[in-house]
This record gives sequence, structure tokens and C-alpha cells, in this order.
Amino acid sequence: MGTKVFAPWDDPNAKPLIQFRNVTKRFGEFTAIDDLTLDIFEREFFALLGPSGCGKTTMMRMLAGFEKPTEGQILLAGQDIDPIPPNKRAVNMMFQSYALFPHLTVYENIAFGLRRGNMPKHDLHDRVQEMLRLTRLEKFAGRKPHQISGGQRQRVALARSLAKAPKLLLLDEPLGALDKKLRQDTQFELMDIQEKTGTTFVIVTHDQEEAMTVASRVAVMNDGKLVQVATPDRLYETPNSVYVADFIGDVNIIEGHATATGEETYRIDWGEGREPLTAKSAQPFSAGQACHLAIRPEKVTITAERPTDADNAVQGRVHDIAYLGNLSTYHVELPDGTIIKAQSANTRRIARRSFTWEDTVWLSWTATAGVLLAE
Amino acid sequence: MTRLSWFNTVSLTLGFAFLYIPMIILVVYSFNESKLVTVWAGFSTKWYGELVRNEAFLDAAWVTVKVAVFSSTIATILGTMAALVLVRAGRFLGRTLFSGMIYAPLVMPEVITGLSLLLLFIGIGLDRGILTIVLAHTTFSMCYVSVVVSSRLVSFDRSLEEAALDLGASQAEAFRLVTLPIIAPAVISGWLLAFTLSLDDLVIASFTAGPSATTLPIKIFSAVRLGVSPEINALSTIMIAIVTVGVITASLVTKRAMVRQQQDEQAAIRAG
Repeated sequence: MGTKVFAPWDDPNAKPLIQFRNVTKRFGEFTAIDDLTLDIFEREFFALLGPSGCGKTTMMRMLAGFEKPTEGQILLAGQDIDPIPPNKRAVNMMFQSYALFPHLTVYENIAFGLRRGNMPKHDLHDRVQEMLRLTRLEKFAGRKPHQISGGQRQRVALARSLAKAPKLLLLDEPLGALDKKLRQDTQFELMDIQEKTGTTFVIVTHDQEEAMTVASRVAVMNDGKLVQVATPDRLYETPNSVYVADFIGDVNIIEGHATATGEETYRIDWGEGREPLTAKSAQPFSAGQACHLAIRPEKVTITAERPTDADNAVQGRVHDIAYLGNLSTYHVELPDGTIIKAQSANTRRIARRSFTWEDTVWLSWTATAGVLLAE
Repeated sequence: MTRLSWFNTVSLTLGFAFLYIPMIILVVYSFNESKLVTVWAGFSTKWYGELVRNEAFLDAAWVTVKVAVFSSTIATILGTMAALVLVRAGRFLGRTLFSGMIYAPLVMPEVITGLSLLLLFIGIGLDRGILTIVLAHTTFSMCYVSVVVSSRLVSFDRSLEEAALDLGASQAEAFRLVTLPIIAPAVISGWLLAFTLSLDDLVIASFTAGPSATTLPIKIFSAVRLGVSPEINALSTIMIAIVTVGVITASLVTKRAMVRQQQDEQAAIRAG
């Protein structure tokens, strides 16, 4: 222990590498980015996450210089980058399609950026070799892009964009074209390379699992706005809205009305004739305010008998079971038709599973298990 | 290999006979001993010898090649530029009109193109000669180049150019080092198309050629009006031979490149 936790975003004295200041980008009538302010720090692995059309790719293209903000400023290391053309920016991009030059070999692809500068021949060769080693492509230096596999192409694209040692590397859905297994391996490889080179990475993705795996912080975007910017664990544990809770992972949302019953403790009435629920929340709610209780399925316990000490317990019938191998998700239907998901680890063989379809079960969770959200 | 049914055999024979009998007759009679085209008098290559000594034909052939090289090169440059603007520039005012106007000469009757050029050259007082033929051929072959190149540019991935810019290349470098090498096959086939169009053009050349410069098609056409000579047959046979060799070489090169690429791709898949 004793190692300092990497969290420049909590340090008020830290200087951000990239600053978006009230940036707006419009394409004709369409507003792609809406008055957005964001700081990204050096050595961060920052993920822009959101559904397609949320503006994440536009943000990346503005950083690369292919689009200009309609309003606002983007600063890179304190300098406004608006007047700097893409070929003069200390920013490199890894394209979604990789955009490898098909007529050049792997070696020449990686050397392309270096040849644009006035690098001496010998240094250039060393740098390309270093990149080939970093991405384990030494054997393929003489091949053309169509002579290597998809995973290798992805690594060439990465090596090419890292060759000039940019201050900032942009990755546009870098793993989209790879199959799941390769994608997971590559995610760890990316993190490894990011740590080795110390480059700031900004990744655009629509895959929440990918963002959670690789990123130090994730920005969840919707309709050109930032919904929440936080570390993956905070995003998962304390989402600030139903949108984020729903976008990141699986969640149960229970709608009701909150009434304070103690310090940071609320009673939630969620329908006629139902036992009220109890939840803790640091965020204040006024009496009778509409609220949403978001509970992750793995925080809901499923039992045959009513647990005696549970803060919240509801009875229902097993409607469906999703068997995932290591986990099972039980979809439990309450008497009024509401479905609540509960997840448990399959620590025993499937033949010994305690519950099956149509069984009557109890679901329970603690007062701190869920997050109380206003919207 | 499957055996053809009698019906297919007959259709095939008829079709090919229709296409090739005239040319075969021409080739055969180019080796005729007799001066009379229609009477066979034994095998001889003497007309080929005569041809080599015929200054007028050689001059015309030289003019034709010069015109073809210059006009197809200029047409390729202009046609590629036009294609780049039409495909890349997005929606600018009058884009539809421009693209329509680029393609109009494809369907314009050659007589009209030739006549209008003739009037232009007379109007601006340009003496008819090699220069005017080159200009005329450039005008009508440019749109063919533009069609060929723009069909390639439509499927060109713009992110390749963006990647070049991103890596520090200027706009000009991005074009020279990335775009041009990738679209080169289309540019080359555009050039070849323009070259062949210029080689065998008779109508527009007759309008724009002057006494100082005559192209081979004009020469052959005017010679034939005085009667077909075996020399013309010999000349035509040489042209057929050149075209055949050219076409076969081009298709062999393309096919080999394709086969190699397929093999490479399969090797890459096996290597995982």
C-alpha cells in the first residue's frame, strides 16, 4: 500500500490537459454538442460513452481537428486549439475503420507520421522497431494490411497512432470490429500500453462494459450533453439519474414517493396496499416527492422464507430464469405484475438449484442497497 | 469442363462468326501476294514491307500517337480534378448542373462536338494542326476519365485522408501519398480509355485536323475512298495485333494481382 491513488480530478490544483469550455457544435439545425464543459487530465484513460448519435464522435473529431466548435473553446495544455489544423496538432487518432493505408506495408504505415517530420533516418527506424515490439508485430513488418488478421490490423492502427508520441491519443470505437474474446484481451493490452507510454487516452465507445474495463473515468453522454462524469465504480454504485443507472449495467427501477423518517432515511410508498420500502439517501427529498429507487439485481437476495432482519422484503413468483453459467438472474413477478430481477452466483451445480419456475420466493435488500433518484 | 449442347454450339459459332469473320478476312488478305484485294494469289509479307516505306502512313501514325499521348494525359488530369470536385465538394450551388454538364459530351453526337470545336478554332484564329486535335480529343475524352475516376472515388474511404492529415501530412501530401496511389488503377484505366478513344477517333479529328497534321484514321479513311489496298490491310492487322496484345496483357496483369491478393488474404485468415 502507500501508493498514491491516481485521481487528479479530485485535486483542485491539478491542471487539466484538455478543457472543453461551454462548447456547442451545430450541424445546420441539429445540435450535436450542447454547451458542454469538461476537463480531462494528463495520463487519464477517459471514456466517452453513449448511444449512437449522442455526440461522442463529434467531440473526438473536434479534438482531432476535423470539426470546429460552433461556440466555446477547446484548450489543449492551456492553449486554444481552434486555429491549429489537424496536421499540426499533438493529437493522434485511431480510426474506427483503422484507416490503414492499403498500399503501404505495416512498417511504412507506422513510419508514415514520422516521415512527415524531420526525423533522422536512424531514429526513425528505431522508433518504428520500438512500436512494432510494443504491439508484437515484428514478424509482420513487411506485410500489407490485407495480408494480416483483424486483430493485427487493430494493433497496426494503434502503433501508427502512437508512433509520434502524441500528448493525446483518440480512439474511436477501437475494438468494434473484433470478436468478443479478442476484444477482452485487447482491452487489457490497451490499458497496458497506456500505462507503459503514459499517453492520455480518450476512447469513444457505446459498449458500457468496455468503458468500465479500460477507463479511469467515464463520461456518460446523451443528446449532446454530459449526464454524469465519474469513475466506473461511482458511476455504477451512485448513478446521478435513472438514465445512467439504466445505461450502466442491469437495474431495477421502482417508482414511488419519498417521505423522510429519520436522518437520511426515507420511506417510499410505491402503490396502494404495498408495504412501504426503506432507503437511505444523502440527497434530500421533500415530503411526498416523486422518486425512483434503483437497485442492482446482485444486491437483491432471493430466499424461500421471509428473512427476519431485512429492511425491505417483497414476495413474488419466479417468472423466468436467465442462466449465464456463473450467474443466474431470477425474474420475479410481484402480485401486481411488477418484475424485479435478483441475481445470485451459481455456487452449486445446476441440479441443486434452490428455486425453479413458478416457485414462490421472497426478495430482500438493505436500506443502503439502492440509490434514491429524483429523475 | 462440360460439353456444350448442340444449340449452344451453334449460337456460339454464329455469334463469334458475326464478330470476327470480317477481321479474319482482313488479316488473311493482308498476306495476299496480289495487289487486288479480292483475288488470292499466294502468301506474302511484302505489303508490310511497303508499309514501312510509306512515309505518309508513318507520319500519320506518329501524329496519332503524339495526339493520343498528349490528349489522354491532359484529359486524365482534368478529368480526375473534375471527379474530385464532384464527389468531394459536397452540395454546392449548381452541383447537379455541373455533374450533368460533365457527362453530357458522352451522349453528344460527335459531329456536333467536332463542328462546334471547328467553329471555335476558326473564331479564335487558331491554325488547325496537332494542337487543335489534342484540344478536341482532350475535350471529349475528359468526361470518360471523370466517369471512371468518380466511380472509384465514391467508394473511397475518406478516413484514409483524415488519417494522413492526422499523422501530420499536408493536404497536398495526403493526396499525393495516400489518395492518388489508391485510386491509381482507376486513373490509369481512365488514361487508357482516353488513349484508345483518341487513337481511333475519325469524326472529331476530321473536323479539327489541318493540312499540316493528319491522323491515321483520317489517312486510312481517305486512302480507302480511292480503293482498298493490301497496304491498308497490313496496317489494320498491325493495329489489331497491338490492341489484342494490349488487352491480353492488361487482363493478365489484373487477374494475377487479384489471385495474389486472394492468396494473401487466405494466408492471413489461416495465420489468424
